[in-house]
Amino acid sequence: MRIVCPFCGERELGEFTYLGDAKSARPAAGASEDEVFDYVYMRDNVAGPMSEYWYHGGGCRAWLKVARNTLTHEISSVEPAAGVGAKQAAR
Amino acid sequence: MKYSIFSLARAAFSGHKNWQRAWRDATPKSHYDVVVIGGGGHGLATAWFLASEYGIRNVAVLEKGWIGSGNAGRNTTIIRSNYGLPGNTGFYELSMKLWERMEQDLNYNTMVSQRGVINLYHSDAQRDAYARRGNTMRINGIDAELLDLAAVRKMMPFLNFDNARFPVQGGLLQRRGGTARHDAVVWGYAHAASALGVDIIQNCEVTGFVRDGSGKVTGVETSRGRIGAAKVGMAVAGSSSRVAAMAGMRLPIESHVLQAFVSEAIKPLIPNVMTFGAGHFYVSQSDKGGLVFGGDIDGYNSYAQRGNLPVMEDVCEGGMALMPMIGRIRLLRQWGGIMDMSMDGSPIIDKTPVDGLYLNAGWCYGGFKATPGSGLVFAHLLARDEPHKEAARFRLDRFRRGAMIDEKGQGAQPNLH
Ligand SMILES: Cc1cc2nc3c(=O)[nH]c(=O)nc-3n(C[C@H](O)[C@H](O)[C@H](O)COP(=O)(O)OP(=O)(O)OC[C@H]3O[C@@H](n4cnc5c(N)ncnc54)[C@H](O)[C@@H]3O)c2cc1C
Ligand SMILES: [Zn+2]
Repeated sequence: MRIVCPFCGERELGEFTYLGDAKSARPAAGASEDEVFDYVYMRDNVAGPMSEYWYHGGGCRAWLKVARNTLTHEISSVEPAAGVGAKQAAR
Repeated sequence: MKYSIFSLARAAFSGHKNWQRAWRDATPKSHYDVVVIGGGGHGLATAWFLASEYGIRNVAVLEKGWIGSGNAGRNTTIIRSNYGLPGNTGFYELSMKLWERMEQDLNYNTMVSQRGVINLYHSDAQRDAYARRGNTMRINGIDAELLDLAAVRKMMPFLNFDNARFPVQGGLLQRRGGTARHDAVVWGYAHAASALGVDIIQNCEVTGFVRDGSGKVTGVETSRGRIGAAKVGMAVAGSSSRVAAMAGMRLPIESHVLQAFVSEAIKPLIPNVMTFGAGHFYVSQSDKGGLVFGGDIDGYNSYAQRGNLPVMEDVCEGGMALMPMIGRIRLLRQWGGIMDMSMDGSPIIDKTPVDGLYLNAGWCYGGFKATPGSGLVFAHLLARDEPHKEAARFRLDRFRRGAMIDEKGQGAQPNLH
């Protein structure tokens, strides 16, 4: 597996750290216990195309959103995660 | 067929042409008292304990491929009971005691080898942590010895004791730990369960659950047709979330890949199972002479049963730090298996919110050693509808209750357990 970082180009996997599913969103401060429990502990554990967060610690140190198939490891897209980096990349 | 010195001699003198099948490759009946999904070690052990211990013999084990084609046939075969937290300590020792009598119980040579497991320590802080773990084990009646440098040097003179960055200072030894032959464990349980009437059905993938008006599970849909069941137990390891989804459930589990490696055969070198404490590397030597070793999981969600190069590099670096001379040996084979990583690194053995459906999952990278214990406590749950006393903490709702069993203290980030 190699990841094509939008800032650094194609790099080997060892430069990146994995966080996990990018779908789950942190519940708002006043959310119910059930919503928080769901966010922290439950997973879709997708078999197939999945959107996920990776960190390019061995390169530009940006957070990336990667679309990857968990059955084949095939990567279909890599984009900057929402935030300052994403705005700069769009410029 | 019963194995003994006489059956071995008879077979030898007739040119090994008259061995009978070790177990029956059954075709599905229309209904069973219990259907167990998954023909790995845990599923087969569960079926054997149901039949032998709880008198429930109308049982089927459904396996989508061939038995042992999952993690049961892919692991590095280490068995031990050196856990530190209540819940794990008692359960893994129960399992260790069952390993010690397994060959007699099953009438099968599973090559259980109590050659000892030693965890090396490389700093004062790590020595203190291992001393504490050893004490926890001894308080619970489990054997543990803290070895100093001289004792480790005597036992394993071939280690690199001149490593300035990660000096070997000593190790925590469990002499009763060791290895067992993984394929033989699968076949041993299949052999003994089949003899008691359990149907082992291969190439039979569960594709859905049959449910009655109240939502209770009354059977399974499979690639070999519908099979009715009073109770259904899931023991599908890395596929747990996929099978649970067929019953509309989400689980506190992520599936991750773990790799294993085997070198070319060399003369006897490593007398035990040994782990490097300053990185993640564990190794034993097989009877054929190959070094069998592994390290961390790759760290990303995967169902692909194969890993990537960074982990291979990391594992080999760990090995080289301990034994620089293995750099001369060639790597022979390497493969991956899919781990059911739970949110606290400990297993889940419980009823599910779906009536008639029972769950055995969350074994992470350490479920081989659990095989006999898991079979016993899961059979207990299926037969009695209440948890076995050594599995009473492995509940599905423990995450909601905040009753985590987190040996590593990593929190709900499964790739760090
Ligand atoms: C590389 C590696 C090294 C390991 N090393 C160790 C070790 O040294 N010590 C240790 O204690 N543990 C180790 N483990 C972990 C251990 O192997 C597992 O935790 C354990 O084998 C899981 O239980 P099992 O044997 O029942 O799983 P499996 O053998 O994976 O059984 C599950 C079965 O379910 C079947 N299945 C899945 N979906 C379906 C379906 N829909 N219908 C029918 N059948 C289905 C699968 O085909 C599979 O055969 C290791 C694992 C790996 C991959
Ligand atoms: Zn980058």
